[in-house]
This record gives sequence, C-alpha cells and structure tokens, in this order.
Amino acid sequence: MRFKVSPAAAQPLYVQLTQQIRHAIDTGVLQPGDVLPGIRTLAEELVVSPNTVVKAYADLEHEGLLEIRQGSGAFVAGRRPTRAKSDRVRHAQERVRALVERLQSEGFDEEEIQRLVEAELFYRVPNAKP
Amino acid sequence: MTQEPVIETTGLTKRYGHVEAVKQLALRVRGGRITGFLGRNGAGKSSTIKMLLGMSHPTAGTGRVLGRTIDDPRASRDLRAHVAYVAEDKQTYGYMTVVEMIAFTRSFYKDWRPDAERRLLEQFELPRSRKVKALSKGMRTKLALLLALARRPELLILDEPSEGLDPVSIEELLRSLVGATAEGTTVFFSSHQISEVERIADHVCMLDHGRLVVDASLDAIRRDYRRVDIGFAERPPDCDWPADAISSVRTNGRQVTIMARHNVDAIVERAYSAGAVSVESSAVSLRELFLDSVASATSAAGPT
Repeated sequence: MRFKVSPAAAQPLYVQLTQQIRHAIDTGVLQPGDVLPGIRTLAEELVVSPNTVVKAYADLEHEGLLEIRQGSGAFVAGRRPTRAKSDRVRHAQERVRALVERLQSEGFDEEEIQRLVEAELFYRVPNAKP
Repeated sequence: MTQEPVIETTGLTKRYGHVEAVKQLALRVRGGRITGFLGRNGAGKSSTIKMLLGMSHPTAGTGRVLGRTIDDPRASRDLRAHVAYVAEDKQTYGYMTVVEMIAFTRSFYKDWRPDAERRLLEQFELPRSRKVKALSKGMRTKLALLLALARRPELLILDEPSEGLDPVSIEELLRSLVGATAEGTTVFFSSHQISEVERIADHVCMLDHGRLVVDASLDAIRRDYRRVDIGFAERPPDCDWPADAISSVRTNGRQVTIMARHNVDAIVERAYSAGAVSVESSAVSLRELFLDSVASATSAAGPT
C-alpha cells in the first residue's frame, strides 16, 4: 500500500493521510487484520514529520478503523462501528437541507438562516421570554 | 501536560554597530517536533542560532535552551552535551580523513551509538579515507549530519543544511531529519527554501529583518489561513475587520485582499454587510504567506 501527501494542498497532511487510509479501507484495498507501516517507516517514506503519521493513526483509531497495539504497530480493525454513525449523519444532513430549502422558499436568506441556527445552538437562554 | 519549550527567548536582540540583526525576538520552540526557521538571506537566522548556542552574546534580552540560560558560559558547556549543531560552514578539521574525523568526534561523547554511525556511514556513502578538505559540499554536510545524529541528541540545530546540495542529497537530508525526530530528537533548522519547510516541518517561525513575522503550525496554516478577495462596486468603505484574525489588508482599486489567520466566515459576513459585490476565499500556500509577511513587515518598517 503506497500513500502520497501533497504539501501544497490546503488540507493538513495528517488529514490527507487519514483520508487515503480510510478510502483504502472502504474499497477493501486494506482489510481487517492488515498491518500498517510503522510510524518511522512511513514518515521516512513520505518524507513528512513523524507527528503527521502519529496524528493520522490516532484519528483513525479514534474512529474505530485502526487498532494500535503497543509494540506491534497499527492494524486495520475488524469491526466497522462508524458505518451506522455515518449513515445517521447523512440522514440528518438531508433533513437539514430540506429545512434550509423550505426557509429559503419562504424568503429567508442564507445569513438569516445561519443566524437562526446559531441562535438556537449557542445563544439560547433557557426559558427566557422577552 | 504542560511542557517547557525546548527553546524560549524574550526580547532577544543582536546589534552589530548600527545594524540590528535580531530585534526583540520572542521565540518558542516545542519539543518532539520539527520547526522550520524560515527567512531570507540576512534576515537574522544565523545570528539567532549563534546566540542560542552561546557562540555569540546577545546585545539585549535572554533565552533558555533545554532549560539552560544561553548567555552563561558554564550552562553553555553543559548544553553542548545535549545539543548537536550542524553549522552553515561545516567547520571541521580538513587534514583528517572521514574515519579519523568520526573517531575523533566519537571520543568526546559518552552517548555515541556505533550502530547509528555504521548505518549512516553506509547510507550516506561517504568515502572513508578521503581527507575532509577534499569532500564536496554535499559530502561535508552528510559528514556533519552523521557526527550529529550518531549521538541521538535531545535537540538538533541546523543552519541552512540544504545550502549547496543537489536534489538527491536534499532528499536524504530531509529523510534523516524525519528519522531523527522519530527517535525523539527535536529538530530546529533554518532555511530559505520554502518547499523543504513545507514538506517536513510541524511548525514554522518566519523571520524578517530580525523580527518574527509568522509563528504558526503548518496544520493551522493549511486548515485555517485563507486569502479573501473582496470586490466592491464603488470605493471600498472603511471596514472594521476583526483585527485578531487578520495578518494583512491590502486595497487595490475597488478590491480588498485580506490574509486571514482564522475566522474567515466572520470576515465574509462583514464584507457582505459592508456592501461587497463579490467575495472569494482561497487557500494560502506557505510561499504566499511568506511573501505577504515579508512585504507587510517591510512596509510597516518603512516611511509612510
């Protein structure tokens, strides 16, 4: 498995690496039980800071896609606990999109909608009545 | 975990006659990372490094490297056991051969690693019996790097290490720095080559005319820094941009260009409420940020 990062791209290098590994797992190029290169090995191969590899592996472990075993490296995890979550996020996004479209058809502009959402999320005072 | 920075300076200043090479420098370098020290030739990088290593006295200000005060001769001697330095001119003893030079250096350090010495000697393909003075610039850099890395220093400081190297040697150099970091060495290297800093550095400190103009992680630059071009249909109004989020604002006719460090959404919102007719935000490369910082530092220092 070969990875590639582009220093000129607008995304942090660890994000680029995370996406490539995630994609390889999604497509089955990397499968449960497969071993990923060690941190030093991959850092030297890509000529990037080892911290880039550490961050990418840590994020993927957090997502449940990788298992880090002390002393023996990073493995592709057997389970895929993130699937159900990503389906739910996609479904929620569709509902938000529908709501935004309805508000727009009622004449609200993007900024107003954004302010309404932010007000709900960040500035809501419980039980406050004007 | 709060960790003391590996390098920390406050108000560090170096004056040569009337020339102020380093001005009020507040530098902080964290451990376990690769930090690129970027600046044009003559920006004050070497002057800073020499003060950090106790090779030159600050005109004003103080600093600590690995917890030791830089301007104290005894602490500075002690520091040399923990810091390796690859100088720009790679001063070594020209009359010695490569293996004599290695044996000579080895005798000074208790923490020397013969296995690393063998591996690097092979990897760098250094001619063992050639005299140091007959080595090419690239070979001399590799020898200096071998002498530094065979000790696994806590901190490795390099002054323009890629200067005069061919592309293959630069690749080997960068790979060695990455490998050293993986072994726990903190790397601080000066350079005027944007691309090599962009490739391996976790953090960048940009120096211009002796001043620190950018101090940011590469992740933050890639994720948060944006150039926002704002077009107006008439003379741009005086806008109250969020100052903490912005590194420069330039007006060119009806267009305003903003370099933002974060909070692009707030800037876009402010632009529209000020009557902007077009707003476009794009990623900022390290090159663009460097040129912008150097330009704004120059215009800020010059007469208005």
